[in-house]
Amino acid sequence: MMTSVFGVLFDGFAYGMLLFLLSVGLSVTLGMMNFVNLAHCTFGMIGGYVTVTLMNNLGWPFLATLPVAFIVAAAISVAFERTMFYRLYRASDLDQCLLTIGLVFVSVAVAAYVYGTIQQPVNLPNYLRGSVHVGGLTLGVYRIFLILFALAVTAALVAALEFTRFGAQVRAAVDNQRMARGLGINVDRAFAITFALGSGLAGLGGALAIDIVGLDPSFALAYLVYVLIVVAVGGLGSIGGTFAAAMLLGISDMAGKYYFPAIGSFLIYLVMISLLMWRPSGIFGRR
Amino acid sequence: MTVTSPALTGPHQHFDAQIRWRTIEIVFWLATLLPFVVTPNYLSLASQIAVTALFALSLDLILGYAGIVSLGHAAFFGFGAYTAGLIAKWGWGEPLSGLVIAGLAAGLLGFVMSFVIARFRHLALIMITLGFGLLLLELANSASWLTGGADGLQGVRMWPLLGLFKFDLYGFVAYWYALIVLFVLFLVARRLTNSPFGLSLRGIRENSVRMRAIGAESRPHIRTIYTISAIMAGVAGAVLTQTTETVSLGVLDFQRSADILVILILGGTGRLYGGLIGAIIYMIARDWFSGVNPQYWYFPIGVLLIAVVLFLPNGILGGIAQLVDTERGRRWFGWLTSPPWRRP
Repeated sequence: MMTSVFGVLFDGFAYGMLLFLLSVGLSVTLGMMNFVNLAHCTFGMIGGYVTVTLMNNLGWPFLATLPVAFIVAAAISVAFERTMFYRLYRASDLDQCLLTIGLVFVSVAVAAYVYGTIQQPVNLPNYLRGSVHVGGLTLGVYRIFLILFALAVTAALVAALEFTRFGAQVRAAVDNQRMARGLGINVDRAFAITFALGSGLAGLGGALAIDIVGLDPSFALAYLVYVLIVVAVGGLGSIGGTFAAAMLLGISDMAGKYYFPAIGSFLIYLVMISLLMWRPSGIFGRR
Repeated sequence: MTVTSPALTGPHQHFDAQIRWRTIEIVFWLATLLPFVVTPNYLSLASQIAVTALFALSLDLILGYAGIVSLGHAAFFGFGAYTAGLIAKWGWGEPLSGLVIAGLAAGLLGFVMSFVIARFRHLALIMITLGFGLLLLELANSASWLTGGADGLQGVRMWPLLGLFKFDLYGFVAYWYALIVLFVLFLVARRLTNSPFGLSLRGIRENSVRMRAIGAESRPHIRTIYTISAIMAGVAGAVLTQTTETVSLGVLDFQRSADILVILILGGTGRLYGGLIGAIIYMIARDWFSGVNPQYWYFPIGVLLIAVVLFLPNGILGGIAQLVDTERGRRWFGWLTSPPWRRP
């Protein structure tokens, strides 16, 4: 019994890490510009397909594809931001929702056209396969790698936000955009960079997710709901909140599927609605 | 020279001018009879269009007039559809009373939900409506002893309409039925939006704080319109069940909530006719492309959404209204947008 509890906790933790990588960028950009970007998971999907293409068509090693997934997703997001999104920063949330969900639809169709609707295979290198036994527990090597990797990214992110000049500008813009502008901070530039970094992290998350949840064209829609739950529950612009919400969702989703397979996803939505009704701006939200 | 707005002397005159039927409206409703003559083979498609139009109309009431964004409106559509299906399955196949019961059931759900809806705005509201829609879908999926789960609800048998007209394979009775239901509820919606209540809703949409300042508390208004909208969505779902004699989980899908939003945005919000026009265009286009992979169908829809948001912010009807609302436009089309005969 205890081993199964620890197993579920471990898998849920790894899954939560994945959700954190996928959603942290959206949380920060939403907190900064109040821009509801439903296309965030599209960048995750792009990262996933970049990794698959590089590995299966060009024979790159898995680890080498990860930075490329990050860069490509970030570059494409900047192109979208400069051509379309910037027009809508002052538009209503409905318009923002519609434009970005339109982008999701287009990306789903393009992915289906180019790659087909099948699940994409990924051949992990040998040293990431299999599992290790620690005190009666069986832990997947890939999940350990995922947790360590995501923790490293989180540490780098927190350090960059807390201790650099750019991080201070971003925090100021999240706290009060107009005041930050008044102090001479170039919020638009800070936002564009944050947006690119956040989308790149989503791309990284998408690449790392292939082995855990698979990759097909519906990825951009299916994980959108999870990412939105994490962001809304965690509170906009709060990295700690996003982390806590991602862990909560990852572990409760795994536990729900393991212990109550029939009503697992039902419980997730119920918990989300109750949390939002209790605190509409998220558990760690300030507004 | 303005043809459409005669000199106003008071609020009653304003409402009287708004409530009069314009020529173009009469032409539109007469044109809905055309499928009986022109395309008798497509009457079941026509009845599906009428159902979708009614659903879009229900969303327009909350989105276009009260400004409540909902990503889970299919919840009420599906609730009405399942209620109508279950009543018929349990042995009461009379369509009209089934319709009323399904509408009231969806309305009750909407009334309960409206207390939550009225408290939130922005992202929290979007997430709560989305979560509520998904919650109901999961509930219907797991309660397969009641709903049939993924296989759909089997054994729905409808009695003849009014005891006289059997629902036929060609959809002749189905289209009459759906069209009349749509028209009656459209009249209700038209009356509602051209009333002081409708005006207060628009005020709440524009600025709820100022509306409170002039004494119009927003929450009761939002609760009322949300309940009415839920009833309409439930009736639309019930009509779909009764005319197709089957219910699948698709009635509660997120896809359906997203589609209806697309339809309404495409046609234009806050004009009542926007949802109807959008439903006609969307359903006919989807019927044309029904042969292709459903994942490819996303492509034109996505491009359309992006284009509408960037270039046509008020939808097709908004764009047309902008064209007509010029000096030349009024000279040429003024007779269409004014009542066909003068007040005696």
